[in-house]
Amino acid sequence: MADRNPAPDTPELRARWSAFAWTPENRTTADWHIAKYPEGRQRSAVMPLLDLAQRQVGAETDTQGWLPLPVIEYVAQYLGMPVIRVLEVASFYFMYNLKPVGKFHVQVCGTTPCMLRGSDDIIAACKKRGMEKGHVSADGLWTLTEVECMGNCATAPMVQINDDNYEDLTPERLDAVLDALAAGQQPKAGTQEPGRHTSEPSGGPTTLKEMVTENHDYRGEW
Amino acid sequence: MPKVTVDGQEIEVPAGATVLQACELAGKEIPRFCYHERLSIAGNCRMCLVEVKPGPPKPQASCALPAADGQEIRTDSAMVKKAREGVMEFLLINHPLDCPICDQGGECDLQDQAVAYGRGGSRYHENKRAVTEKYMGPLIKTIMTRCIHCTRCVRFSEEIAGVDEIGALFRGEDMQITTYLEQAAAHELSANVIDLCPVGALTSRPYAFEARPWELKKTLSIDVSDAVGANITLHSRGREVMRALPRINDDVNEEWLSDKGRYQVDGLGKRRLDRVWVRRDGKLQPAEWTEAFGMIAGALEGNASSIAAVAGDLLDAETMFAAKALVNACGSQLTEARQTGMTYDVSNLAAVNFNSTFAGIETADAILIVGSNIRWEAALLNVRLRKAVKAGAKVFVVGPEWDTTFPATFLGSDLKILNRVPKELGDVMKSAKRPAVIVGAAALAKGALPAALKLVDKFGLVKDDWNGFNVLHISAARMASLMLDFTVPGGMADIAKAAPKVLLSLGADEMDYAPYAGSLKVYIGHHGDKGAHHADIILPGASYAEKDGTYVNTEGRVQFAEKAVFAPGDAREDWTILRALADALDVTVGFDSFGALQGKMIAAVPALGEEGLADYGALPKPDSAAKAEGEITAHPVKDFYLTNPIARASEVMQRCSDELLHGADVKEAAE
Repeated sequence: MADRNPAPDTPELRARWSAFAWTPENRTTADWHIAKYPEGRQRSAVMPLLDLAQRQVGAETDTQGWLPLPVIEYVAQYLGMPVIRVLEVASFYFMYNLKPVGKFHVQVCGTTPCMLRGSDDIIAACKKRGMEKGHVSADGLWTLTEVECMGNCATAPMVQINDDNYEDLTPERLDAVLDALAAGQQPKAGTQEPGRHTSEPSGGPTTLKEMVTENHDYRGEW
Repeated sequence: MPKVTVDGQEIEVPAGATVLQACELAGKEIPRFCYHERLSIAGNCRMCLVEVKPGPPKPQASCALPAADGQEIRTDSAMVKKAREGVMEFLLINHPLDCPICDQGGECDLQDQAVAYGRGGSRYHENKRAVTEKYMGPLIKTIMTRCIHCTRCVRFSEEIAGVDEIGALFRGEDMQITTYLEQAAAHELSANVIDLCPVGALTSRPYAFEARPWELKKTLSIDVSDAVGANITLHSRGREVMRALPRINDDVNEEWLSDKGRYQVDGLGKRRLDRVWVRRDGKLQPAEWTEAFGMIAGALEGNASSIAAVAGDLLDAETMFAAKALVNACGSQLTEARQTGMTYDVSNLAAVNFNSTFAGIETADAILIVGSNIRWEAALLNVRLRKAVKAGAKVFVVGPEWDTTFPATFLGSDLKILNRVPKELGDVMKSAKRPAVIVGAAALAKGALPAALKLVDKFGLVKDDWNGFNVLHISAARMASLMLDFTVPGGMADIAKAAPKVLLSLGADEMDYAPYAGSLKVYIGHHGDKGAHHADIILPGASYAEKDGTYVNTEGRVQFAEKAVFAPGDAREDWTILRALADALDVTVGFDSFGALQGKMIAAVPALGEEGLADYGALPKPDSAAKAEGEITAHPVKDFYLTNPIARASEVMQRCSDELLHGADVKEAAE
């Protein structure tokens, strides 16, 4: 959280982003989001619109995307709301990047369950590949961020890279994922444990075993 | 009306009241930081915890809990005491221990409540949070490490001022209150967040490190920076007014004050006229009172009645009455207060009064503003209009566009619109239950008053319990001058035509002195401003802080202000100068003391003797032939911060004008 200040308001930033406007498709999407809310409550669409703007910036810069101040101002003006209110939202939620990020934003969960399952090794593996917390790597591909719980404790440790989670990681599995991403492939999202589908108990169920094959009626056993 | 029990005492509370309000009704003090009567409920400081049954077995935030029938509320139980101590300990975790150097010291809610409700000490030994200072303009000084995140300032700027510029960025421990990109808070009421801040995070920049609250003498006074007549307290130390703070008066200013009323007071000590000056060989040179009086008497020799008086915008009623008595005693009727040359009809004062009252205009449901930039001419009225709009009122404006803080429809600036009302306006006004028209100074100057009066019948502005016809003046002295009949029918043109031998200018700094080249111009006032530059004789007078006086605001509300400090140097209270001048001119004005003067004034105009709204009777019959002509090209207030001689002398106001209105670079003092 400490480094969540918006990117400085420089003339270069203004020159690069002042002309920001929705692409035709995004305009349609933005209006569709706004139309979801009743008359007079259009500002409620601020969160999907910020996300959309971040994705559009990402598409323009070939990164995950971020929110330069002129883009935040554009969203505020599009919704007719004070820009400070939009900045409040953008600075509150971690999913909005206030600074430029790389093509792949590697967000490693470091909260207790992941830490117990080896997230320190995951972070070390990331750093070994040249990533640095809060910085874009020299090749423009990677940004490393340590985040709090992502809700994948059953498949810890995990990283979130852009829109996908990669779980049950070891440093080797993470390397495989990152190598695939760097090579332009789309590795399988979700758990990386062979034989595991989602977050079911690893090594087979330990409770409600009869339910695996049929809808077993336990009531007689209570 | 729910019945609740507070600490064993059963009371009935109004429907919709909160538990906190119920406790207050029962006479219990509930500590609080984020809760404020005039702002929305946030419920984030947790200081107002009480025990409520029935309910969950834990302390409840009383500010956000509705009072319900049969509730048993305890504010004195062990649980409540422990909860308050706990909350206070948490609030103090990140609060710096800098009370000795904090300007809020002595009037700090956190300090007071920590003493009253906190534990003796802290158990926190880790590092404290520190937050960088935020720039919020020339009036607000920030020490953000002291902030306890009550968000009162955020809610004030959003809800009351209507200028969304303060926000809370980031979250949790990193939450920071700031303006967007640390721009200055640039609206007319910005400094009210200083009063609202319960800690020393937002303090007054001009008043920084000046004085402690307990060494100040508090004097009840009236703000003269506009015609609202906001109730203020002047805080003085020795001979200096240190600051002005608003007093609560729900009928006038609620508990707010415009930045000008609050911060022009440093002008009271600058550019003061503190001795007599007379013009010799084209140059103003120091002189004695007797010499100046002799010159005036000499100028009137042979034509004793060739004297006229013009009143400025900041005058109290007593000064104007004394001047009128003097001029009349000399045998002249030439007195005029509308110094910029306005000539509207004053035979019926109801037609030039703000009849709806400020509290009443909140209930209006359709409002037409003709020629007034309300934000600059009466910032506190704008707060009321905003409340009306929030309650559903529609607002139309005739005149140049200005930045409203509420949705409003601008109908152009051509006054002909009053003769032929467009359908969109007419439909709304005629169907409104409480329609209101506000005629501003720009419209008065264009002579639009008779045409506006025709709207009374057309829109049905006057109903059983409603009078929607309003004139908004911009001069604090205006209504009192009209009540005292300090006018001539042709206005300033009549005075100029009479070419008086002696022109008494009572702090008239906005008038045109060009037509009076042949007159002996005597300026009786307190600041070396435009009037003093043109004067042949300067007699140093007292400002509003240095004399007792009666003021009448634009609603016709009579209010008394008290003397806070003595005028500097040789300056005297204005009435004494006029009394001495009467002796020099060998005429009798009939008073020898301020009490006698006031008594005589009240005998002449009884309404001035009673605090409260004066009764001006019914509106006059409109002149059916009246037509409004012309276009309102500009509002009279060109620069909100520099409208009167005190404000123009004030460094703070000059800096506000430079930075906030004219975009000059931020001047950071090298403190």
